[in-house]
Amino acid sequence: MKKFTVLDLLGLDLKEHDALDLTCLCGRPGLTREITVQDLNRPGLALSGFYDKFGPNRIQIFGRGETAYLRELEDRGKTDTIDSLFAESVPCCVFTHSQIPTEPFRERAEATGCPLLQTDLATSDFSSRLIRALSNVYAPHETIHGTLVEVFGIGVLILGDSGVGKSEAALELIERGHRLVADDAVEIRCVYGNILQGAGANRALGHHMEIRGLGIINITHLFGVGAIRDNKQVQLIVELELWDSNKEYDRIGAEERTRTILGVHVPHLEVPVKPGRNVPILIETAAMNERLKQMGYFSAKEFNQSVLKWLESEHARNAYFQNKDRFRRDSHSDRDQELS
Amino acid sequence: MIQREVRVANRAGIHARPAAMIVQTASRFDSRIMLGKDSEEINAKSIMGIITLGAGYDTVLNLTVEGPDEQEAADAVATLFENRFQEELG
Repeated sequence: MKKFTVLDLLGLDLKEHDALDLTCLCGRPGLTREITVQDLNRPGLALSGFYDKFGPNRIQIFGRGETAYLRELEDRGKTDTIDSLFAESVPCCVFTHSQIPTEPFRERAEATGCPLLQTDLATSDFSSRLIRALSNVYAPHETIHGTLVEVFGIGVLILGDSGVGKSEAALELIERGHRLVADDAVEIRCVYGNILQGAGANRALGHHMEIRGLGIINITHLFGVGAIRDNKQVQLIVELELWDSNKEYDRIGAEERTRTILGVHVPHLEVPVKPGRNVPILIETAAMNERLKQMGYFSAKEFNQSVLKWLESEHARNAYFQNKDRFRRDSHSDRDQELS
Repeated sequence: MIQREVRVANRAGIHARPAAMIVQTASRFDSRIMLGKDSEEINAKSIMGIITLGAGYDTVLNLTVEGPDEQEAADAVATLFENRFQEELG
């Protein structure tokens, strides 16, 4: 994996309730320090002189308590624990509640090249946001050759060999009002252990597609911002492949096939392609069918249930009509017996 | 399977034109051709994939070729890198 530095942390594109609102106060040369673990530390114990089991590679968070203690330590002139903190070369120190560390502390940070960051968020809020952001950064990920589109709210990952028509199918889907997330190189991250989040492998390059015969086109400019999305959960995989007459394709769809990406099972459909087959409509229908399934209605299974019910009722009716005469005769003979 | 390292020798890095050359060359072969950088690996038959790899000058890429014509395919792609995509020849 690529190194994740303090500078990368400052540069993370997070919005609204994910925003970290970090600014660098001093120690800029240290922004290249690497963050290797996704844990945080409140350095209260360390400042009081207890360095056993101290996590030196963790981001250190100074809340109101730590900052006040820091001030008191400096007032009393007990700065040796502060020196030991900088000697551990921690990746960075973050001051919450827009607090500004004391001048001597800043000087020490500058001297040892330890970046001091500041945020206006409250400590617990900042901690939970930072944990969330870091767990996304360290989430297992994989780059997959395919196209990710959002169709009727379902994230559909279109896979298939080069030249099978993934991009063309996606283009027609966009034309029909659906959204492009990424073309060709889709970066998939497994977040919260069971959600696959897909996005373009390189966001700086925006939403472009390569269509044979047209070249590289800009989807945002051609179809508007309504036609794109930055990221989307992968909920369905449609694999396009050239029609192979010797292969058996799923004709009923009653059994759910899945494909595993990063340990998560995703419904997987194999759709054969041949000239004249309208793939975008197949993908649209597959997405709607997937929505029905999520709402608890499984077309193929429900249909089979209806068939079974119908066969059963037909059987019962036939049995009734065939036995009717005998039923009457039997009842007559019963009465005859009673009379006699 | 053939694995080889190739170095981006042209100053501009892999932009649209070199990417197109790689794709055109790769598409002539039946083998599965992959280019890797760091932990990422992309299909060398996809233009956008190669461009989004972001391979600048002096980047070392891992070329992996697997299939019936792997030797020829690996040589052809590696030659493109060695010839600096016919840029800066003069």
